[in-house]
Amino acid sequence: MIAYLGRRVIQSLLILLGVSLITFALLYLLPADPVRQIAGRSATPETVENIRRQLGLDQPFFIQYWHYLTSLLSGDLGRSYIQRSEVTELIVSRLPASLLLMVGAILCELVIGLTMGLLAAVRRGTATDQTLMVASFVGVSAPQFVVGLLLLYVFAVRLGWFPIGGYGTWRHLVLPSLTMGILGAGWYARMMRSSMIDVLRQDYMRTARAKGLARGAIIFRHALPNAILPVIAMIGIDIGIFMGGIVVVESVFGWPGIGQLAWQAIQRVDIPIIMGVTLVSAFAIVLGNLLADTVAPFIDPRIKLR
Amino acid sequence: MMKFLTSTVAVSALALMLGMTSVRAEDAVDPNAKQGGAITITYKDDVATLDPAIGYDWQNWSMIKSLFDGLMDYEPGTTNLRPDLAESYEIAPDGKTFTFKLRQGVKFHNGREMTADDVKYSLDRVTNPKTQSPGAGFFGSIKGHDDVAAGKAESLAGVTVVDPYTIKFELTRPDATFLHVMAINFSHVVPKEEVEKYGADFGKHPVGTGAFKFAEWTLGQRVVFERNPDYWHKGLPYLYRISFEIGQEPIVALLRLQKGEIDIPGDGIPPAKFQEVMADPEQKARVVVGGQLHTGYITMNTTMAPFDNVKVRQAVNMAINKDRIVQLINNRAVPANQPLPPSMPGYDKEFKGYPYDVAKAKALLAEAGHPDGFETQLFAMNTDPNPRIAQAIQQDLAAVGIKAGIQSLAQANVIAAGGDKAGAPMIWSGGMAWIADFPDPSNFYGPILGCAGAVAGGWNWSWYCNKDLDAKAAEADSIVDPAKSGERAKMWSEIYRKIMEDAPWVPVFNEQRFTMKSARMGGADNLYVDPVHIPINYDYVYVTDVQ
Repeated sequence: MIAYLGRRVIQSLLILLGVSLITFALLYLLPADPVRQIAGRSATPETVENIRRQLGLDQPFFIQYWHYLTSLLSGDLGRSYIQRSEVTELIVSRLPASLLLMVGAILCELVIGLTMGLLAAVRRGTATDQTLMVASFVGVSAPQFVVGLLLLYVFAVRLGWFPIGGYGTWRHLVLPSLTMGILGAGWYARMMRSSMIDVLRQDYMRTARAKGLARGAIIFRHALPNAILPVIAMIGIDIGIFMGGIVVVESVFGWPGIGQLAWQAIQRVDIPIIMGVTLVSAFAIVLGNLLADTVAPFIDPRIKLR
Repeated sequence: MMKFLTSTVAVSALALMLGMTSVRAEDAVDPNAKQGGAITITYKDDVATLDPAIGYDWQNWSMIKSLFDGLMDYEPGTTNLRPDLAESYEIAPDGKTFTFKLRQGVKFHNGREMTADDVKYSLDRVTNPKTQSPGAGFFGSIKGHDDVAAGKAESLAGVTVVDPYTIKFELTRPDATFLHVMAINFSHVVPKEEVEKYGADFGKHPVGTGAFKFAEWTLGQRVVFERNPDYWHKGLPYLYRISFEIGQEPIVALLRLQKGEIDIPGDGIPPAKFQEVMADPEQKARVVVGGQLHTGYITMNTTMAPFDNVKVRQAVNMAINKDRIVQLINNRAVPANQPLPPSMPGYDKEFKGYPYDVAKAKALLAEAGHPDGFETQLFAMNTDPNPRIAQAIQQDLAAVGIKAGIQSLAQANVIAAGGDKAGAPMIWSGGMAWIADFPDPSNFYGPILGCAGAVAGGWNWSWYCNKDLDAKAAEADSIVDPAKSGERAKMWSEIYRKIMEDAPWVPVFNEQRFTMKSARMGGADNLYVDPVHIPINYDYVYVTDVQ
């Protein structure tokens, strides 16, 4: 177990190093010049070169990358070119909002997805099953930008149940969580359905039925706990999907998380922030996968750590 | 002998120069305005900084103007210069020495009195390369600027504190734009002790002399200003509190405005909703329309064949159907025929520009040796409506035989291509176009049409460099005497006429600004489309529902 974990941690670190190198290289190759953006339109060529020197952007690629890595090891993500603030401070100030959104989204996708999957499995082959599976397909394919605006229009503007964007109370959390959750719910509904159908086919299910147990007791006491575990183990992997989704959803709802920070930084070529958010997201994804893989054998003994 | 001008005389003289009447700062309190109330304004993008030496964004430009003051400012809602922290000023007859008398008793938000030392400190700071100010270049005419810019000196030799309330500027050349430079955010006055206390984070803890003082900043969410009770301009501001909510998509901001949750969507009306808003009488009544010191244009790289031939450039000018492009953006602009926008001094009302004439364009192309046209590339920014405008230009060019491929790229990439001599044959400037930093005709020349901008990484994307016109521009800017301002404006008109003969640009349109406000917002309409306090003049607007 410890050997396995050690190996996985080293693998994870290598992945993070790779991500940092690739992102840094891509941003370096970008034909946009951040110094021109900082220096403004009235700057003389000397001013531009001065700023370039001060930021160390006149150095060759590998020296720049080496400087970045060494400060990274001391926990320094650099200073934003445009916002003129420490990137660590900017990310830390926005992380709680993104984590909150993630928790809300996981709750939504589990409640909606598992319920849909369970219903579809129990009513397999009926119109209910087909409707639910079509709905899950729509949920998976609908662009989050559209879903978000649609939910905003119906539940906030028309019905007035929730605030129109913003951050602060639980009511602000509902619509963005739902927007993020609908995508995941589609996946969970499909996984839950097949997992449940699989369990319902097992011999011990037939035995339970033969013993004359009530249908509710069979489904909720015997089938559900067995079917749900492998599905739950997938949550860690979801983090990667969330990291993609928050950029869109946070922008639509004005949610002050790291997704919004990343979107604004990309538009202004604020390289230190783009690097910082990419690394933090990559870290979250790697950690999520590691957790999912480590926990899986405890939930489902058929899986072995190797 | 120095020519002494009291503020009233000076302002009247300048007002003559700009062709408008003037009001003394103290007279400008609105008798209908009531004190009190709080408003909410939304912006999509984060407020990067509130440091006047650094901030250069759509959202923080006017915010900084409300927290800080400069020696000069403009009458609210107009482009008329007037003294602000200065009480009066003198201009020496050679136009190279400006002496400002400061108002006494002006206090920073920390309670200390502002003096001439603070003005000098603020200018030394903004020009120091360590500050990395995007505005440092505006102060190029002050003696000693080059030494400070090169890091050879810490202080501008041409700025002298005569006494605590008098400051003198010596310039290397007569500079008619200098009073405008003293009104731009980058010259606003900051207290040394606060800058030193917060260091690089001063922009997150701003302390100025302005109408509002900084109250709260929740990163990525909200910035709050509160009324400065000690503001030197008695009676101002009217509002007690302004909350800026950050990170709100324009479309969401509009929905919130319709529900009465916010007062002003700072990014304006989203293009997708424009027609819907204008078709609804109730919503349309709350829209304020105003001109903007902006021109959208197509550049043609005059160093690249076939655009090195003036006939080709003239042909392109005649091939573009500007009316159709204006329709394409729901008439949110007016067609342009010259680089200067209509509200700018020096705009030539008589000049008609190139007509839209496909046959003549084809004839000119044939004369230039391209009877069957040619192939080229048109660069444009990739956010709406720019790709649509680029397609319209592409169709217009195709009608005269020019096959233009569209390179639709992120803003920074288009800017980079324009600053590379062999980078972009044609650029549609939308999304990056020139909005004047101050209302003076020279501001449209130097960096975007003058030789100084035609350098690697520069903003003169047509790489047009006419030494004769550079000399004429310098001559025009040396006319500092307000009595000769008409002559100066005429010289600038002449310069832009000559430029249009050489046709390095196709001026396409001048964007109009459309601001929406809640029903309770009061104050003259021009405060909501202020040409200088962009987008809104917070110091003078008020709410009507306070008791």
